[in-house]
Amino acid sequence: MSVAQWRRTPPEHAPGASAHPGPGEEAAGQAAVRLSEVSKVYGRGPSAVLALDRVSLTVAPGEFTCLIGASGCGKSTLLSLVAGLDQPTAGSISTQGRRVTLMFQEPALFPWLTAARNVELALRARGVPKAQRRERCAELLDLVDLGGFGGKRPHELSGGMRQRVALARALAQDADVLLMDEPFGALDAMTRDLLHEELERIWRQQGLTVLFVTHNVREAARLGDRVVVLSSRPGRVIEEYQVPRQGPRRIDSPEGARMAATITDRLREEMSRHGD
Amino acid sequence: MATETRPTPKPTAISGLDRLELGPAQQRRSPARVARSAWSATWPKLLAIALILVIWEVVHLTGWKSYVLKGPGTVLPDLWGQLHHALLWQAIGITLRRAVLGYGLALVIGSVIGILVARIPLLRAAVGSIITGLQTMPSIVWFPVGIVLFGLSTLTILFVMVLGAAPSIANGLITGVDYTPPLLLRAGQTMGLRGVTLYRYLILPASLPAYVAGMKQGWAFAWRSLMAGELLVLILGQPSLGVLLDNDQNLQDFAGLGSIVIVILVIGILVDTLFSKADLAIRRRRGLLPPGATS
Repeated sequence: MSVAQWRRTPPEHAPGASAHPGPGEEAAGQAAVRLSEVSKVYGRGPSAVLALDRVSLTVAPGEFTCLIGASGCGKSTLLSLVAGLDQPTAGSISTQGRRVTLMFQEPALFPWLTAARNVELALRARGVPKAQRRERCAELLDLVDLGGFGGKRPHELSGGMRQRVALARALAQDADVLLMDEPFGALDAMTRDLLHEELERIWRQQGLTVLFVTHNVREAARLGDRVVVLSSRPGRVIEEYQVPRQGPRRIDSPEGARMAATITDRLREEMSRHGD
Repeated sequence: MATETRPTPKPTAISGLDRLELGPAQQRRSPARVARSAWSATWPKLLAIALILVIWEVVHLTGWKSYVLKGPGTVLPDLWGQLHHALLWQAIGITLRRAVLGYGLALVIGSVIGILVARIPLLRAAVGSIITGLQTMPSIVWFPVGIVLFGLSTLTILFVMVLGAAPSIANGLITGVDYTPPLLLRAGQTMGLRGVTLYRYLILPASLPAYVAGMKQGWAFAWRSLMAGELLVLILGQPSLGVLLDNDQNLQDFAGLGSIVIVILVIGILVDTLFSKADLAIRRRRGLLPPGATS
């Protein structure tokens, strides 16, 4: 596979995944997440900070999209907006009534509950009847390869296992769209590789739409169908890359490495423009 | 390493490098180990008690105020004797009943005020600093007010106990609510926890450590107020610990006084131990104990 096979497309003509038409000509029901000219300003007056500047982004149902950018590019802000934890200053965000859930870099598990209870609480919050909760929770823990660890408290689990519980909890919310904010950023490379495989398997199995934020270029090239590059201060979409898929994905595959190199170059260019 | 196997077999599935973070499996504690750790927790306390008795005895032997001051050799047998009489137990019963009533009342009132102040910004602006102010108020100040309002009755004592303990309990709860980690709040929000369920399943459990700390402090205030109250508000036909103290004071009975003081001290220590145990259990559950910490 060669570099030429990657379609490098400027964002204003960005298509979704190859099966989907671009945002311009697209039918209304086609996007799982659609951001139109979204801006976010923090603060007021002279101290106001423009975190996001007219970001338009469309994620197709079932698509795995990675958002990448240097720190301060508003990646986390963007996810908070999509999750509805915060309101955009301008522009609109539509998830077409799909359920959205957010996973953080920290597992954010409730330390007073066991792993299983953490997952069950998400089921309870959704109104799943008590009788079904236990069974569904066991299924979810099995899905993330944590069967038999349900009785452990978060502090008794390793970092990777905690993120697995957090993933199970996110899945318990029965969301169609999974937003992930650097979820594996604090893990060692080996654990991260394992979790990449798990996440890919679960994403395929459950037909999820994933919007995955990272500052790790390799990770983005490993996981994403599409990699969206954001500029820093203010965050703005500057580039999108389609990642071709043939055969199993691996973080150390030569295609992935070349893809990562291309994206890294683009990011460097962007950073030098900022002088930092 | 088995990073590429799929479907991942169970044992290797979670064996990233982070596996090393897991401690060794918990060993079953043998009776000998339990006995040893119990002994290592007990002997410093026994030593402290022995030291106090020795100092007391030495002071007694110097003959200082020998016409009233009695040594442990007189006081401890007196205590032993009183423990075989119904009067002391009746007094302990009356005092503890007041303690439970007053503290229970303070717990309810403090918790309700705490949760309201934590939830409602206007209320916090209005009474937040008053609660802290009340905490610094010496409880003895309230007795004249209580006596004017309720006369020489149990109600007066309860009134002062509540005023002493409720602010600490309320403040503990408010602090706990304020210190709920924002990340957990965001996690709760994404999960769809709102309003009452948010409090029930996230904010209140998250505030539990600070709440228990407030309850512990509240108990100390309540117990002090109760003792002061029983000495100031003597109620006929209700021989409380305070009444016994007052009697012994009037009779210049040092042995009797010493015995009651020891009883009061022991009750205080026992209740404090309960709170410490609760606090320890909470911290252990949440993994907030340094590794290897026992008592």
